[in-house]
Amino acid sequence: MKRVFALLLALLLPALSFAQALEIEISGGSAAALPIAVIPFEYLGMSVAPDTDLAAVVRADLNRSGQFRTLADADLVEKPIRAQEINFATWRLLKQDFILLGRILDSPDGGYRSEFELFDVARQERVLGLSLDGRPQAMRDVAHQIADLVYEKILGVRGAFWTRIAYVTATGIGPGTQYALMVADADGFNPQVVVRSREPLLSPAWSPDGRRLAYVSFERGNSAIYIQEISTGARELVASHRGINGAPAFSPDGTRLALTLSRTGNPEIYVMDLASKALTQITQHWSIDTEPAWTPDSQRLMYTSDRGGKPQIYEVSAGGGDPLRVTFNGDYNARATISWDGKKVAMAQGSGNVYRIAVMDRSFGGLGRWQNLSPGNLDESPSFAPNASMLIYAAREGQRGVLYAVSADARVRQRLVFADGDVREPAWSPFRQR
Amino acid sequence: MNNSTRLLLAAAVCVALAACAKQVKEEPAPPPPPPAPAPAPPPPAPTGYQPADLDTDSCLRQRVVYFDFDKDNVKPEYAAILSCHAQYLKDRSSARITLEGNADERGTREYNLGLGERRGTAVSSALQANGGSVAQLTTVSYGEEKPTCTDSNEDCWSKNRRVEIVYTAK
Repeated sequence: MKRVFALLLALLLPALSFAQALEIEISGGSAAALPIAVIPFEYLGMSVAPDTDLAAVVRADLNRSGQFRTLADADLVEKPIRAQEINFATWRLLKQDFILLGRILDSPDGGYRSEFELFDVARQERVLGLSLDGRPQAMRDVAHQIADLVYEKILGVRGAFWTRIAYVTATGIGPGTQYALMVADADGFNPQVVVRSREPLLSPAWSPDGRRLAYVSFERGNSAIYIQEISTGARELVASHRGINGAPAFSPDGTRLALTLSRTGNPEIYVMDLASKALTQITQHWSIDTEPAWTPDSQRLMYTSDRGGKPQIYEVSAGGGDPLRVTFNGDYNARATISWDGKKVAMAQGSGNVYRIAVMDRSFGGLGRWQNLSPGNLDESPSFAPNASMLIYAAREGQRGVLYAVSADARVRQRLVFADGDVREPAWSPFRQR
Repeated sequence: MNNSTRLLLAAAVCVALAACAKQVKEEPAPPPPPPAPAPAPPPPAPTGYQPADLDTDSCLRQRVVYFDFDKDNVKPEYAAILSCHAQYLKDRSSARITLEGNADERGTREYNLGLGERRGTAVSSALQANGGSVAQLTTVSYGEEKPTCTDSNEDCWSKNRRVEIVYTAK
């Protein structure tokens, strides 16, 4: 664990200089959410207390998942930092199901050791007790991992708070616009620049190991696809054909890249073997075929096609063959993203001038059960968290692009507003390696 | 696309353009050389377009073709413009055009790249049908990435659904 954090620090240090103001608004809430009291983690060491309020970060994570409702600061009438200080009657009275408490000590390597314990109030029992070491600059990561562990302990599903998002920013207007491909923590903190460009950037896609991003850049005048290692900046040009080079998507097994090329005069889906760079053409149709997304088993692709007149989602074997139409609800369905278990497919759904995020749940067979996840007018680019508990998507507010994270049940939405202008094209990372 | 469809398309564009006084010769492959070997026969020497006309000719100065929502057909009102640009290409075999296809912000970005390309291709076909050669034309799609206007309303969207005719060589 310690080694992991040392490594982590190396990654995070340069990021700190880019840390910037971020506005977070949480709307909605759920009566079904589990009440949990997260007590401030007191610093008991001999040095300087960490800058990060661990409990506050954990609370924000749990709240935005939609699965928890944390007790307001003002209602924390007692602030136990150890098990023996807990007065369970108090928390029962406050109708809390769980209490999370902790304390921060100095770790031998100059960082902090965060000890935390989770209690079931009804059973008056400790259900989790762990400690995590982290360098001073990595305390937000520690907090996100604590939230992940609490989430998993209570819900039985791995938490995805300690993950990242990639997105594109555009600053300025007209020919002077500056574009940047960014990576930040999943809550929008610690943004760092992956690549800057004076020409448009779009469609970032994570490699399954979370180390690389594939993306589309117009820096050569036409669209081209690059794969870039995030930590070193080393990158490779993998597609620069005549026409469109777009919509890269790594296969979950990491061996292939699905992409769109129009080198034959019309956008078609291809699969590139990443070792040999050999291309296999998957679709062959005069329509626009684009935005491939892999099923979790790396066997099939869903993609957008307007072969039926309007864009709809189709599915085809990753080796080619006859496609099947997947969506039969709505005039315009595009840019599918698939949950880790393959059961849910989120997409941008258009009706007239309104584009919103819709999720089709295929658990029950048939044509799927549909739910609308967003209330905006121009919402697009949905991306599932690796545990499918939340999605992130892009919305337009006035002349500005913003990102929203929404719980999978649509009950809780959080708006991430970044300092640098227009934000779009979010992509949620895979799980990070503990 | 097979040959007969291509012909049909060319004919359709031609009808739409109403600029078909000139016979459309369907010989897309070899670019017809400009009929101006320097010295000997033709007395009316520089009859065709000259590079300076790009800045002065009222038709050639129009370089943007606008489209309807989710459509890629070239509207009849652009027939005259495309006809004169095609004539320019015919007159000046060294001229090169890049057609930059664009879409409005509605819909997904990658799909809109496809839509922008379709529009570029439609303009390219119209120019070829009127005498431009395929070797003189390049199409690039920017999708919705290069809007000229950033409000979310139809007035603005209609300005963004466009193909820009950019001369890369005169």
